[in-house]
Amino acid sequence: MTRGRLGAWAAVALGAVYFLAPLVATFEFSLRMRRGQYSFDAYETVFASGAFRESFLYSTVLALATIVVVAALVVPTAYFVRLRLPRLAGIVEFITLLPLVIPAIVLVFGYIRLYGSSSALPLTGSSLGADALLMFGYVGLGLPYMYRAVDTALQAIDARTLTEAAESQGAGSLRILVEVILPNIRSGVLSGAFLTFAIVIGEFTFASLLDRPAFGPYLQRIGASRAYEPAALAIVAFALTWASLGLIHLVGGASPGAKR
Amino acid sequence: MPTASASLRFARRLDWPAWLGVTPFFVFAAMFLILPTAGLLAGAFQDRDGAFTFANFLRLGQPSIRLSFALSLEISAASAAIGALAGLALALAALRGGVADWVRPALMTFSGVASNFAGVPLAFAFMATLGRLGLVTVLLRQLGLDLYAHGFNILTFWGLTVTYLYFQIPLMVLVVAPAVDGLKREWAEAAETLGASAWQYWRMIALPILLPSALGGSLLLFANAFGAIATAYALTGSSFNIAPILLYAQIRGDVLHDPNLGYAMAVGMLAITGVSNLVYLALRGRAERRFR
Repeated sequence: MTRGRLGAWAAVALGAVYFLAPLVATFEFSLRMRRGQYSFDAYETVFASGAFRESFLYSTVLALATIVVVAALVVPTAYFVRLRLPRLAGIVEFITLLPLVIPAIVLVFGYIRLYGSSSALPLTGSSLGADALLMFGYVGLGLPYMYRAVDTALQAIDARTLTEAAESQGAGSLRILVEVILPNIRSGVLSGAFLTFAIVIGEFTFASLLDRPAFGPYLQRIGASRAYEPAALAIVAFALTWASLGLIHLVGGASPGAKR
Repeated sequence: MPTASASLRFARRLDWPAWLGVTPFFVFAAMFLILPTAGLLAGAFQDRDGAFTFANFLRLGQPSIRLSFALSLEISAASAAIGALAGLALALAALRGGVADWVRPALMTFSGVASNFAGVPLAFAFMATLGRLGLVTVLLRQLGLDLYAHGFNILTFWGLTVTYLYFQIPLMVLVVAPAVDGLKREWAEAAETLGASAWQYWRMIALPILLPSALGGSLLLFANAFGAIATAYALTGSSFNIAPILLYAQIRGDVLHDPNLGYAMAVGMLAITGVSNLVYLALRGRAERRFR
């Protein structure tokens, strides 16, 4: 073994220790709730709590709505820009990058100012309005990832030939989009969807400042008041992230690494 | 020429279905990305009565705000610098270090997950690891190294930096991997054949190739840390006064006692993340053209 290879192994080992230690420690900590012996008490307490189930359900529903809306916005846009409006490509790409440039805390501050209860469109004034506002905020968070995933998938299928073939059969734009293009870029849409889910399910900043009963603020409250449950929740959250991103590999989409 | 005139006519005619298809996207962008930000920008240049002023930005110099920005800049710079170096080293080791083949996919998959594992749960994980009763703290104490007796605390600058590195290093790995892959093995062999020392190879070949990606990655990491709030808030509550936490308190309860000063603070944060992101994107564009 050369000296360089030894150094490389050392770096990999050091990295593995840094990245695995918190997972091991968190798991170990989550088992300590019962005095003197390891148990899954912390997990049982968490799963049995109504606040956990309600906030998790709320965030799941919101994440699913977010995914539908972000896909409905991105698929036609990416398709038409690629095929028929290429001069919009620059501005559209710039817009999809904005959510990565504007910090969430700044954007939500803008929402509160623009859609506050004394504004022309007082979304924060009603519960449903605030839910919608939170969802649109999450659509923004998912936008960069969904756009990249869909655009990469469109690039791979030769959308132009498919479109021309469908047009020669007399299909209109909407029908082509839904019945020809969408099935062919399914893996791209799904990778974007799973990544979006992983990002928004435990999101804290938007949900907390819009006063929504979401999973992120629930996590924060538990962290401030309990000892062992937070560790159990961290393991649950890590497993969720891992599962969402693992599903991307399963559906054969772009690796999450290609994101930004 | 019939085809030329046909395509000319086609170009002149407005493509209604296509424009209709992209309209919702632009409406969304205007309502939920551009106008809210523009509203803050406008508010930052107004006084309480709505008249134009620069005074809000001058008042960002008051101690509480200045210190919060300074602390944020320091923590972002520290986590970006360490994260970038460690991420680059890890990518080089896994992709070009001659280690086993399984290391590469393992590292890339893990990095995809860990770079998205931020926020509140990450804070919990590090409390359980390096908190006063955390596993690593306890184990090290048994080995005779009492971190907390040496001034370490998870709720301080270095505690937060170590925590941020958990998503910063993987993000860097993902960002520099294409550049590291672009470093052809043949070049190292050619340099060696021509009698170059390892130092000369790194200084004259590898470094110039990696530099745009590495610098760009550092800036991305910097912006990434600067805008983050959930991890710090869950870890330290409102006691650790970085800029996003102060802004959070301002949105919640107008702690600065001046909404317009709050808008100026938001714009100041946006300027910092905006500039670092734009330089990152410019550098990435250069790097992507080279490795395509």
